[in-house]
Amino acid sequence: MALVFAGICSHAPGITGRAERAEPTIRDAFYAELDRMRRAIEDSGAEALVVVAAEHFANFFMNNMPAYAMGMGEDYEGPIEDPDWLGIPRTTIPGNPDLSKRIITEVMQSVDVAYAQEWKMDHGIMVPLHFLTPKYDLDIIPVNINCQGPPLTPLSRVWEFGRALRRACDAVPEKIAVVGTGGISHWPATPNSGKIVEDWDRDYLDAWVANDKDRLLAYSDEDTLKDAGQGGFEIRTLTAISGLCEGARGDLWFYAPIPIFSVGCTVASMDIIPHVNDMAAE
Amino acid sequence: MSLYYVQKLLYNLNRDTAVQSLFRTDIDALLGQYKLTDDEKSWLKNGDVGELYIHGVNGQILMHYAAFIGHEWDEYIQAMKDGLEKHGQVRDGIYRAVDGGAGGAV
Repeated sequence: MALVFAGICSHAPGITGRAERAEPTIRDAFYAELDRMRRAIEDSGAEALVVVAAEHFANFFMNNMPAYAMGMGEDYEGPIEDPDWLGIPRTTIPGNPDLSKRIITEVMQSVDVAYAQEWKMDHGIMVPLHFLTPKYDLDIIPVNINCQGPPLTPLSRVWEFGRALRRACDAVPEKIAVVGTGGISHWPATPNSGKIVEDWDRDYLDAWVANDKDRLLAYSDEDTLKDAGQGGFEIRTLTAISGLCEGARGDLWFYAPIPIFSVGCTVASMDIIPHVNDMAAE
Repeated sequence: MSLYYVQKLLYNLNRDTAVQSLFRTDIDALLGQYKLTDDEKSWLKNGDVGELYIHGVNGQILMHYAAFIGHEWDEYIQAMKDGLEKHGQVRDGIYRAVDGGAGGAV
């Protein structure tokens, strides 16, 4: 069983870029849970971290937009944003092309993905890495699910992508951690930035913790846009972790709306148990 | 509105230092590389975030352009609110405002 850790967290640029404007008590409680996730990944013995993210036009545009893309580079650079704007210095992030190739090859057995040997990381990955691997000393495999330029991949396919990624992680000898990172309800970078619908978020997170496939796949993009904003499309990154850990339950470590961060800030993990695919085979 | 090309220019601007340099040294040459209307060229030259927003530029692209031309976060949010008030709801794309653009964390 090569998957050793799975979880989710938020990635909004305000988390680091507007840190001083958040209420300190709630901000620091959020940061403490992100640091708890850092320790959990370290304690798991993970040799690589797969980050399932929703980038914001850092590498992919509507001239050739993949539904799914995975990194296969020696290293990556980030952040693409102004480091002062984001509050994260520009750096080089280590990759592992051999491991990437083996994982991508296995994922492709059931889900078509693009691959990229160059990748400029934006806040969607840099903010999680800032907290989870602050020394940038763990090999990273970036994954992007298009959540910005419709048409978007259906949630049922997101689930299958998570299942395929699990099969790939379990097929390699290395210990792999996987973190999904995206927002729940939010209207980022709009005049409504800071609007958060806590009830919608908690309903989604209840389904996520229960790993209730029927509920998680029942969200329509039309309703999500209406009720949770364009940022709500990023639930794809979180639901992918549910597919990755099909049959397991989640544990919500932290949730609190922090409007100046533009999102309900979330940290959660999934139990690591044999995947339902493996159990069915036994 | 050639939204696609406005966004394509801003996508390249946000990720390519050579494009950023050309924007600062010869913006007309840069704008000439894309199929843009005269209005679009004017909005981009004059930093009219409100017009670009209500014509559908995705906020994830627009906010970095705004930072690049010197807008602080609150100025960026206010420029979009001003655009809404002056010109009405967003015409295209998925980054439409809700609640009349009211609220937020500014």
